[in-house]
Amino acid sequence: MRRVWLMLAVLAATPLWASTSDVYPFDSAAEQERFNNLITELRCPKCQNQNIADSNSPISKDMRDEVYRMMQDGATNEEVTNALVSRFGEFVRYKPRLEQRTWLLWATPVLAVLAGLLVVAGIVLRSRRAAAGSPGLSAEEKARAERILGKDSGSH
Amino acid sequence: MRRVLLFIPVLLAVTLGIVLFAGIGKDPNKLESALIGKPVPEFVLADLHNPEVQLGPEVFRGQVSLLNVWGTWCPACRDEHGDLVWLAEQQGIRIVGLNYKDERELALQWLDRLGDPYQVSLYDPRGELGFDLGVYGAPETYVIDPDGIVRYRHVGVVNEKVWREDLEPVVLKFREDS
Amino acid sequence: MYPELGQFALILALLLAVLLSVVPLVGAITGRDNLQAFARPLATGQFVFIALAFALLTQAFLVDDFSVAYVANNSNSLLPWYYKFSAVWGGHEGSLLLWILMLAGWTLAVAVFSRRLPTVMVSQVLSVLGMVSVGFLLFIVLTSNPFDRLLPNVPADGADLNPLLQDFGLIVHPPMLYMGYVGFSVAFAFAIAALINGRLDAAWARWSRPWTTVAWSFLSVGIALGSWWAYYELGWGGWWFWDPVENASLLPWLAGTALMHSLAVTEKRGVFKSWTVLLAIVTFALSLLGTFLVRSGVLTSVHAFASDPTRGAFLLGLLAFTIVSSLTLYAFRAPVVHARSSYGGLSREIFLLLNNVLLVAATLLVLVGTLYPLVLDYLDMGRLSIGEPFFNLTFSPLAVAVGLLLGAGIFSRWKKTDGGWLARQLLWPAATSLVITAAALSYYGSFTPWAFAGLLSATWVTVATLRDLWLKSSSKKGRWHGLRRQSRSYYGMVLGHLGLALTMAGATVVSNYGVERDVRMAPGDTAEIGELRFYFAEIGSRQGANFTATYGRFEISSDGEPIATLFPEKRQYVVQRNMMTEAGIDAGLFRDLFVALGEEVSGDAWAVRLQYKPLIRWLWLGALFMAAGGFLAIADRRYRIRDKVAVSEPAAPSASNPAATAGTREVLS
Repeated sequence: MRRVWLMLAVLAATPLWASTSDVYPFDSAAEQERFNNLITELRCPKCQNQNIADSNSPISKDMRDEVYRMMQDGATNEEVTNALVSRFGEFVRYKPRLEQRTWLLWATPVLAVLAGLLVVAGIVLRSRRAAAGSPGLSAEEKARAERILGKDSGSH
Repeated sequence: MRRVLLFIPVLLAVTLGIVLFAGIGKDPNKLESALIGKPVPEFVLADLHNPEVQLGPEVFRGQVSLLNVWGTWCPACRDEHGDLVWLAEQQGIRIVGLNYKDERELALQWLDRLGDPYQVSLYDPRGELGFDLGVYGAPETYVIDPDGIVRYRHVGVVNEKVWREDLEPVVLKFREDS
Repeated sequence: MYPELGQFALILALLLAVLLSVVPLVGAITGRDNLQAFARPLATGQFVFIALAFALLTQAFLVDDFSVAYVANNSNSLLPWYYKFSAVWGGHEGSLLLWILMLAGWTLAVAVFSRRLPTVMVSQVLSVLGMVSVGFLLFIVLTSNPFDRLLPNVPADGADLNPLLQDFGLIVHPPMLYMGYVGFSVAFAFAIAALINGRLDAAWARWSRPWTTVAWSFLSVGIALGSWWAYYELGWGGWWFWDPVENASLLPWLAGTALMHSLAVTEKRGVFKSWTVLLAIVTFALSLLGTFLVRSGVLTSVHAFASDPTRGAFLLGLLAFTIVSSLTLYAFRAPVVHARSSYGGLSREIFLLLNNVLLVAATLLVLVGTLYPLVLDYLDMGRLSIGEPFFNLTFSPLAVAVGLLLGAGIFSRWKKTDGGWLARQLLWPAATSLVITAAALSYYGSFTPWAFAGLLSATWVTVATLRDLWLKSSSKKGRWHGLRRQSRSYYGMVLGHLGLALTMAGATVVSNYGVERDVRMAPGDTAEIGELRFYFAEIGSRQGANFTATYGRFEISSDGEPIATLFPEKRQYVVQRNMMTEAGIDAGLFRDLFVALGEEVSGDAWAVRLQYKPLIRWLWLGALFMAAGGFLAIADRRYRIRDKVAVSEPAAPSASNPAATAGTREVLS
């Protein structure tokens, strides 16, 4: 158990990108990470719903190669994605851009939570108003309650 | 809470049902090309038959052509080859062939054996033009207008039905316009 | 001959299901006991015939009867017997047969375990379940018959089960999943019955609750199994892909969690009835939607069964009829009169309602994200992809919020909680959670906002849950007595919530601190991840039962100390000839080491994927805890005590009916 903690601590301190035997070698961990993230955001156009990181198909490999090549040339994420989208269509973008046709998609969680909070607030307010308004049981209701309770106390 | 609000779930369900019904039968894997309305990307590729000759997008200028992406490794390309020959010879359609990720020798033998429907054959062993076109699986067939603009892409085999319903109308349209 | 018997059994089952849907319901409505008495026998008969059909299909597989088309498509003589058994549910027709078997099973269970319920209620519930049966049996008999024959051209051998499915995971994952999906039909049936007879009260909630909890527990196990299976079988170390079919299983789970908690409120306090009924209908509707999505070809997925427009249309019709009719019934019959009950802003009722808000928002998010591409395509607005990046970004905050709310809500009281008092209760747990989170972050080495939020939420849930247990178990007679005094229901809740914390912690840590390297290695090469050294010792080949494999031997060590030897493989299956990747995994409670062979690059070098996955097992362990909590909760005494006074027809339906829960002990759970 202690070894685990020790190893984790060392792992944290050691650079993880040191070896040049990487299939896609990068100069820095940040670039490596950027690459890894980028290829999970791009979709393989041929596969059954896989990103190009996980897919074995030839077109995925070609796309990964292109992403790598562009990143070595200094391209930004935006530029890389746009280059691939311009060839394969919006379909290969796994994270839809915020545009007119997708604003509803992005807004769904926010709207749902807000609507829910409003409903809950309404319920609480209405409950408070009802509690404030009702004076408790009326005299007649009290008498009825006593009768019922009196009846039951014998059978328990 | 009014009774009316309780009808919202039903309405949502019905709407969803309509959308789902419309989706049945459609193939979610047929993608529209991102290059529709844009020119064929710049390229310099060798001629399949004559390695010293270098060709570029000018091969599309002047008339409407089909651009067929194929390879000897692709079984479906074999299936459609007869139809392509028919299109070229009987219908007089100009077809430019893009030999994609293949070996020159194998490709030439294939065409020798099965017939050559292509007026121009491009050799793209590394798939460079294919990649720029957004090819994701052979066979694919594009309709290119006389100005070199991509007008339509069909993914999958071309047969008489596909020609009549999908490709011919586009070809005729851009023939008229020129 | 046997396959024809199987077909005949299904048709008989269909007839019995039709009778089950009609006779007891008519009896309930007209008050004729002799008709209602048919309910239990009919449910039993339906189950017997469906079980018979299932047994006959299994037999066809085990004896290699390739004259049956389904067997020919999904099996092979070289297939090991246990995979022949699981191949029964490996394809569309067989998995539907499994579905209907589960449904018949649940129907029978309701018939058997409902002696204490009013007859009218039982009749109605069983009738509704019968109606669902009719729909699915019609679907099977008319469009998806597993017993279709291939005569006279019987193939010499079968097409083999997809190699991806030749795995232990396939043996258990679908049955668990279906137990969950189908189990929610019981809560659905109870809801419909309550809407029909107008008796929507705390008693209804009390009866529905154990059925819902059990279904939820099974579904939790099923989803966890699927994730675990994908991890070691296909995903290159991934455990959740937000694939449409995965989402289809998550949707009823999220709604089901909301339903479980809402039922708790309705049972305890008799409020939120309309909402709970709606949730019960929606949860089952989502199960049905999932069944449709997987089989219709409408969405692309690695998991989808082969699609067929006719089947898709039929299934959609079935789905539409069930959902639209039940929601219409809801619209007309759900109560709009509010219970005259009051609750403060920080009451337990409100906390649970907020829990529902978050869970429903999450459900909506996943639903919209999954179906949006379909909607856009319908509106001719192009083809869009919505995947992991979108869902991770939007789902995570909701998950974190659920955890934070949970911790605070545990201390809340029914009806009214004093804000100041609550804040004071939460002070120490909050401080403790922050400290533990900070410690964890420093051990793993880096601070990222998501890691912080996720771990804080998980720790918060744990600390709050344990503190509540501590407070509740304090007793003058000693701690042990205090602990023993708590009900199983309470411990079920504790386990369930701790399970959630474990899953959240696992997901957070593996996503933020996992390391992945793609390296080119030939035998003799070494690669490193931190202190871990992966030595590619050799490459070799071996013969399996129905495949040949190329394997690599990897020796992993740290600091010179050997840790594990792994044998990742690339398998070529004899019949279907696909290449499968089998990863080598060194499993551990606190981390997994994962090695997989990619493609062969030049010469004898391979592209190898090496991964370090911290706390990944906690994901699935947490789900098991959650399921265990569910099973524990229904073993509570209050479900096993026979009421001294039989629950008879109440004099008049009332908003909250405490009389129905007389004779049991109220527990804060």
